[in-house]
Amino acid sequence: MSKTFTLDGKPIPFEDGQTIMEAATAAGVYIPHLCHHPEFTPHGSCKLCNVNVNGRTCSACTFPATEGQDVLSETTEINQDRQKITQMLFIEGNHLCPGCEKSGNCQLQAVAYHLNMLDNHFPHFYPKREMDASHPDVMIDHNRCIFCSLCVRASQQADGKNVFAISGRGINKHLIVNSESGQLKDSDINAGDRAAHICPTGAILIKRTGYTVPIGERIYDHKQIDQVSLETEHESHD
Amino acid sequence: MESFIQNLVETHARRPTRLLAILRAVQARYFHIPDQAIRFLSKELNIPTTRIIGVIEFYSFLHLTPRGRYDILISDSITDHMLGKHNLMDYLSNKLSVSPGNVREDGLISLDNTSCTGMCDQGPAGLINGHAITRLDRSRIDAIAQLIDEQKALEDWPKEFFQVADNIYQSDLLLSSRISAGEGLQATFARGLKETLLEVDQSGLRGRGGAGFNTAMKWRFCSEESEQERYVVCNADEGEPGTFKDRVLLNSYADQVFEGMTICAALIGARQGFLYLRGEYLHLYQKLENILNQRRQTGLLGNNILGKGLNFDIEICLGAGAYICGEESALIESLEGKCGIPRNRPPYPVSQGYLNKPTVVNNVETFVATANIALHGGAWFAAKGTEKSQGTKILSISGDCLRPGIYEYPFGVTVRQILEDCDAHDVLGVQIGGPSGTFISNQELDRILGFEDLATGGSFIVFNSTRNILDIVRNFTDFFAHESCGFCTPCRVGTSLLKNQLDKIVDGHGSAGDVVALEELTRLVKNHSHCGLGQTAANPIIHTLERYPDLYQSQLKNISYEPGFDLNASLETARRMANRNDAGAHLAQVEE
Repeated sequence: MSKTFTLDGKPIPFEDGQTIMEAATAAGVYIPHLCHHPEFTPHGSCKLCNVNVNGRTCSACTFPATEGQDVLSETTEINQDRQKITQMLFIEGNHLCPGCEKSGNCQLQAVAYHLNMLDNHFPHFYPKREMDASHPDVMIDHNRCIFCSLCVRASQQADGKNVFAISGRGINKHLIVNSESGQLKDSDINAGDRAAHICPTGAILIKRTGYTVPIGERIYDHKQIDQVSLETEHESHD
Repeated sequence: MESFIQNLVETHARRPTRLLAILRAVQARYFHIPDQAIRFLSKELNIPTTRIIGVIEFYSFLHLTPRGRYDILISDSITDHMLGKHNLMDYLSNKLSVSPGNVREDGLISLDNTSCTGMCDQGPAGLINGHAITRLDRSRIDAIAQLIDEQKALEDWPKEFFQVADNIYQSDLLLSSRISAGEGLQATFARGLKETLLEVDQSGLRGRGGAGFNTAMKWRFCSEESEQERYVVCNADEGEPGTFKDRVLLNSYADQVFEGMTICAALIGARQGFLYLRGEYLHLYQKLENILNQRRQTGLLGNNILGKGLNFDIEICLGAGAYICGEESALIESLEGKCGIPRNRPPYPVSQGYLNKPTVVNNVETFVATANIALHGGAWFAAKGTEKSQGTKILSISGDCLRPGIYEYPFGVTVRQILEDCDAHDVLGVQIGGPSGTFISNQELDRILGFEDLATGGSFIVFNSTRNILDIVRNFTDFFAHESCGFCTPCRVGTSLLKNQLDKIVDGHGSAGDVVALEELTRLVKNHSHCGLGQTAANPIIHTLERYPDLYQSQLKNISYEPGFDLNASLETARRMANRNDAGAHLAQVEE
């Protein structure tokens, strides 16, 4: 008989070594997340997947599942807090959905809709951030970076390269590129790399593909992120 | 430059784990880390340039652009403020013709603020090229300005500028025990290792950094790990504003610190130890190295210690200006030559710490206590204190009192007693355990120090009734925003939002909903942050809101809506462009 814990009152089977996120996804239960991706080492930084485990706040993507845990995820309070954390990500950068070519394919936008986020709530920081359009095929718009480090991990773990890193401290965190000039054109990234496609927002984009799929026919235009996430990530977790 | 770096890399055995030490040396020589050095180091250490840049941009004492040949940092701790830091900074800035945050045009001097340098009992204080300077006043600043004008080397400056006093005013078990080097170890071997761990257990000793984890339990967990390669780490990164007891322990009780580490190594089976010394305590580095050498020469470190077959040595690693590295898993990351970003837990350091091997991390004072417990026994220690908090605690007392310095008390002592002993009068409140700890008002002076009431790592800052509580809270809140590592969203964004929201209220731009919004933020940052820094960053606001709600409310404007921004301030660019500053170019936010 397999071991189980309860998630919002429902028993979830798990195997030793699985995180709460992995076990939940395998059981078809969505826990909101942005920095987590089943193929890469969990990071635990966005804190959207924070759940309550036996009264303590833990990140579901890094916290191991254990027998008999009582986990709360879909409570009004937790989802309200997730909404606020998402709002923090919006106001920290410059996220202008109507003018962003990632709109409709963007996980940040989709998770915001999922959490019923209707405004930005906090005062905007309006930071001054650059763009790097130096590379012929791939571009970075730093205004949209949320420091999830997925590109860093994908470059190392899937591409066997080291194109990206997160540098700086505190609110001055920023994405940097491993090349002599610091520009993308001098790095060894290719348009085919996982790192070039993994960004959950519109910070790393493939050039000349922005509008090949028209708005209205994009991933999250007809499905919520929970459904998409379970469909695409279920297999990876198994 | 290449030969300098080549030598440096060889000295550090080409180990990427020594990156921080290597970068400190490059910074000291070139006043920054030049591009060329980054590229060369990347090749020599076989690590990406991005990792090196990441480390440089993480630590406050490392720079990508040149600092002055005399790099002056002034401590921004609340205690320095209370000693007149603002006026002195203005004076210094005028005198040297350089404003804080900048390098003078001739490249000779740079000036900036820095987080508490641990000299709160002898401030206003600062750092010149990393070396602590104390008791700053106008005449000392005049002298410094002249020395810099003459371009005198730091070695030729008057020694008293760099003098750091211990200021021990009250001793108990630990500070009055003068055990000689090796005594604790000999007692350990004579009694037996298992038996000594039992004594530590019986002493009831809990970690002295503030979190209070049972020491014997931590050591036992580590010793029971199947992995045989294990490490002992002494956390001497005391960055909590108002704390300086480890400075004194390392200055005058270093043998006991190293003895405690060596006993720990014997008990858990470690061959290598590290003392992670905060960069601000550079002045202690050579002295500590000398003591380590002495211990090696007398058979207390190295191979076959005291002829008992124990092999153990200790390396000192200097930090580079990051409060977060006091968090044990961030400290371990830093020891590995990386940015000090706290790890996900579990796994805990006792099972996967330094290089993912089982590691005990303890505070300086904890090791001093264990050296003494090994000699005098657990009962000797447990006889003092309370049932839940055995033994004594060393406090760093600063702020509004006549005798700031080091005081050791059995746990259970009342705040009132301490205030009497340090000669504090007309007390408004006390910050216990530093900004991340607890603010108590003068209505709570009968509360006691101990894990059952006021837990503390040792910081004890006294405020008298001339102080403005909101100034204090603002200083602490700025501190956390500055020191947040930025890893997780709630702390990275939340600490800056807290700072902005508090500024808005204190500067008189707040309205009805703003205190509620502040409270909501404190809850988010506290409940959702990744580590202790974020989880405690809102404490100064939470504790003072609880005690002085009217103080916050009285700052608010009596208007029914909440302005999202400062209308008049937003017109600044327009005024500048129109070259106007008359009354008509200013708009009031609201009819008042």
